[in-house]
Amino acid sequence: MEIHRKRRRGSGIWPYLLLAPALIIMLSVVIVPIINAISMSFQSYNLTRPKKIGFIGLDNYAKLINDSLFWKSLLRTLIWVFFGVGCQFVFGFMLALLLNKSFKGRGVVRAVSLIPWVTPGVLIALMWSWMFDGNYGVINDVLLRLHIISDKVAFLAKPASAMPSVIITIVWQGIPFFALMILAGLQGIPGDLYEAADIDGATGLKKLFYVTIPSLRNTIFVTTMLRIIWVANSVDVIFNMTEGGPAYATQTLSVYVYKKASSLDMGYASAMAIMLMLVLLVAAIPYLHNTFRDQEG
Amino acid sequence: MKKNHSIGEKKTARIFLLWIPLILFLLFLLFPFYWTFVTSIKPAEELHSLKVIYWPQHPTLDSYKHLFNQFNFLHPMKNSLIVAAITTLVSLTVSTLAAYAFSRFRFAGRKPLMVLFLTNNMFPTVLLLIPLFTIMRKLGLLYKPTSLVLSYTTFTIPFSVWLLSGYLNDLPLSMEEAAMIDGADRAKAFVRIVLPVLLPCLLATGVYIFMQSWNEYTFAVLFTNENSRTIPVALKMLVGQLGVQWDLITAGGIITVIPVCIMFFFAQKRLVAGLTAGAVKG
Repeated sequence: MEIHRKRRRGSGIWPYLLLAPALIIMLSVVIVPIINAISMSFQSYNLTRPKKIGFIGLDNYAKLINDSLFWKSLLRTLIWVFFGVGCQFVFGFMLALLLNKSFKGRGVVRAVSLIPWVTPGVLIALMWSWMFDGNYGVINDVLLRLHIISDKVAFLAKPASAMPSVIITIVWQGIPFFALMILAGLQGIPGDLYEAADIDGATGLKKLFYVTIPSLRNTIFVTTMLRIIWVANSVDVIFNMTEGGPAYATQTLSVYVYKKASSLDMGYASAMAIMLMLVLLVAAIPYLHNTFRDQEG
Repeated sequence: MKKNHSIGEKKTARIFLLWIPLILFLLFLLFPFYWTFVTSIKPAEELHSLKVIYWPQHPTLDSYKHLFNQFNFLHPMKNSLIVAAITTLVSLTVSTLAAYAFSRFRFAGRKPLMVLFLTNNMFPTVLLLIPLFTIMRKLGLLYKPTSLVLSYTTFTIPFSVWLLSGYLNDLPLSMEEAAMIDGADRAKAFVRIVLPVLLPCLLATGVYIFMQSWNEYTFAVLFTNENSRTIPVALKMLVGQLGVQWDLITAGGIITVIPVCIMFFFAQKRLVAGLTAGAVKG
C-alpha cells in the first residue's frame, strides 16, 4: 500500500500523458462511432435516400421485431457459433494433446499447424469454395472415390449442405488457435499432479477428466469466450462463400447486418448491430466479470 | 524377451495414439494449401478436366504472369503494404506508451481504463463499420488509405496494449529503478533500459498487427475503390470479372500468404508466448 501510494503521488501527470494518444484514437474510432451508431438506429438513415434522413424513434426496432429474417439470422448465429466453436474446441484440444507429446520435429509441426490461423478470411473462403465446388471440387472427388456419395453434390448451393460446409471451414480456421492456447495451458500443469494420479492407479482417460481438464478450466474458459465473440462477429468467411445463401441458409446476424450496411440502409443496420452487441454482452457476462476481477489493484 | 515385447507394444501405441492422428490433423490443416498451390500451376485444360488431377502433368506459371501483367496485382500489394505498415507503426507507438503507463504506474482511473481496452473486442465489427463508413464519408477520407488505418486501429490498439502490458509486467522493475537512482529520468530509463529489452516483443506484436491489417477484408471492401483496393479485396474481385478464374485466385492466394507466413515463422515463438500468457494464468 505504502509503495502504491508513493508511486501514485510521484507519477503525477505522466501516466495520463502516456495514455493520451491511445485514448484519443480509441475515443474517436470506437466510442464516438458507437454513440453515432446508437443515434443512427433511431433514425431513418438510408444513404440511397439522403433526403429522408431523420429521427423516427423506435421504428427500426419495431421493424426488427417483425422481421422474420432477423430472428432466423439470430438462430443461424446460434447454430454457427455452437457447432463452429464446439468443434474447434474438441479438435483443438485433441491437437494440443498430440503436440504436448515429445517427438521429433515437434517445433516444426507446431508452427506449420498454425498457418490456417494466419491465413486471410477471404482466401480461406475462396480456397474452400473451390474445394467444395460441385463440378471440379476435390472434396466431391475424394468422397466419390471412397464411395461415401454416389453423385456429385453442389455443397454450397444446397440449403441443407451449405451450413455444414461453412462450419467445416470456420472449424478448420479456428483449430490452431484453440490448440495453441490449450497447449500452453497443458505445459503449465505441474508433473506431480500426474504422478499422484499414477500412484492412485488412474488410467489415461481418468487423468484427462480428473487432472487435465480441471487444471485447464481458466484457459478453456477464456479461449472459448474469445472464440465465441470472434466467430459470432465474423463476416468474411460466410460472405465470400455463400453471401448468406442459398435461400438465407447461411445468413448469420453479422452477415445480415453487413448486407444491409452494404446496401447503405444504415439506420436499420445499426439497430440490428446493436441487438447483436446486446446478445454478445449477455453471453459474455461471465467473461466480463472475470476481466473486471483480474484487473483488481 | 519380455522387455522387447513391451517396447514393441509401446511402439504400436505410439503409432496409433500419436502418429496416425497427427498425420490426419496435418492432412486436414495443410491439404487446402497444397490444393491451392496445385491449382495455381495447372494449365486450363487440367483445371477443368472432369477427372480431378492431383498433380499437374504440365505445370505452368502462366497464372502468376497473368496476375501481374493483366491484373496488375502489384498495385493492390503496394496498397496493402502501405496500409499495413502505417497501421503497425501507429498502433505500436501509441500502444507501447499506453502499456508502459498501465504496467509501471498506479493512478486514479487505471482499472476502468484497462477494462475499456480489454473489453473492446465485444463490439461487433459490423457495429463499428456502419458509423465509421458515414464518418469517413463526411470527412472525405473514404477510399483513402487513412480510412483503413483508422478502422484497423479499433482492434489493433486494444490488442497490442494488452499484449505489450503482459510483456512489460514480466520485465523486472529493478533495472529501471537502478538507472533512475543513478540520475536518469524516467524517459531516459525507458529508452535506454526498457526499449532494448522489449524490442523482440515489439517485433512480435508488430508482426501480428501487420498480419491482421494485411488480411482484413470486411472494412477494406467498403472503404476502398479501384485505386486504393488492398489484396483481399483484389482477390475477391477476381471472382467477379470473367466468371471464377480459379487459377488466378489461387495464384493470388499463394502470393498473399507467403509474406505473412515468413513473418509469422520468425515471430511465432514469442508471439505465442505473449498470447497464451494472459489466458493461462490462474
